[in-house]
Amino acid sequence: MPEETPSQTVGPFLALGLPWDAGPVVDPDGVRIHGYVLDGAGDPIADALVETWQAGPGAYARCATDDAGHWAITVPPTTFLAVHLLARGLLRHLTTRIYLDEPADDPVLAAVPADRRATLMAELTDDGYRFDIRIQGEHETVFFDV
Amino acid sequence: MRDPALDSPDYRSTALRHPKQPLVYLPAEIADLTGPQLGHFRPGEIRNDLTRQHTGEPVGERITVSGRLLDSDGRPIRDSLIEIWQANGAGRYRHRWDRWPAPVDPNFTGGGRAVTDADGRYEFVTIKPGPYPWGNHPNAWRPAHIHFSLLGRSFEQRLVTQMYFPGDPLFAYDPIFQSVRDERARQRMIAQFSLDRSQENWALAYEFEIVLGGRSGIPIEEAH
Repeated sequence: MPEETPSQTVGPFLALGLPWDAGPVVDPDGVRIHGYVLDGAGDPIADALVETWQAGPGAYARCATDDAGHWAITVPPTTFLAVHLLARGLLRHLTTRIYLDEPADDPVLAAVPADRRATLMAELTDDGYRFDIRIQGEHETVFFDV
Repeated sequence: MRDPALDSPDYRSTALRHPKQPLVYLPAEIADLTGPQLGHFRPGEIRNDLTRQHTGEPVGERITVSGRLLDSDGRPIRDSLIEIWQANGAGRYRHRWDRWPAPVDPNFTGGGRAVTDADGRYEFVTIKPGPYPWGNHPNAWRPAHIHFSLLGRSFEQRLVTQMYFPGDPLFAYDPIFQSVRDERARQRMIAQFSLDRSQENWALAYEFEIVLGGRSGIPIEEAH
């Protein structure tokens, strides 16, 4: 059996290869989800890519962060999104989830220590759902080993 | 421990960009999502010839990079998107943050996309990228490389890697290449030169086979 090709970082110049014009808005009538990607000093990460996956058509969105470390997507309504985060300084992508509603009985949330579950919950605001990704430090987002 | 480690001190950018809390283990049965198929999304233009994106030809060593995309059972992954980006022949990226004094090539952007065929094969025509300095440590130079992004067939198969060229003298000094601690695994990031695929009076050829881990989401075909 062949063995896996190892992962390497996307580096600082992913903007040359990965963004798509249609990447951030896959369902114009859907829900807007946005936020910041922050490092261990609380500084915004301006060279990251957020990818979200969900079931069904229009199920994949991607958005690079801007100079302020901000990203925004508009996707079909859903309970949660599976997320890959890629950036310079990440030798492997990170995996997390964004929950728009807290489900009553969810095996993934159940695997997360209770005091850290809040990091996976988006907050409903006037301009959509807000979800910040903190790679390290206080309120560090929960990342999964899939 | 997974390789490469997220906390790799020799690569300075990992210091503030690795989680300190343990990753939460998820058994595959509760994490499964079949990945996007072409048609479920609208990537940018599919353009696998990076030497024909402008009015003139880029400067440098014209090469082809081709190979197969396989799952960990050795099965070809067809109809799957492969995206690449790279520096030009002088080692300069066409990006506003890249300021080192090597020339920008007006005929080279450095981004391309291809879709694998029924045998999992892909091909790019491009210019061999140059090495470049990157300030990670004194006299730090990246070995020449092409960034590869693979979507595979499922959430679990997602991979971003870098393809290197055989015999690069910078391998021993590069903390990103060396972040993969297993020597044999590092070899799997190095393309192979192929005289057979090289085209006379046109281009040298490199072969780069890519193997994705994780479950593929491809139903096992029933025996007939």
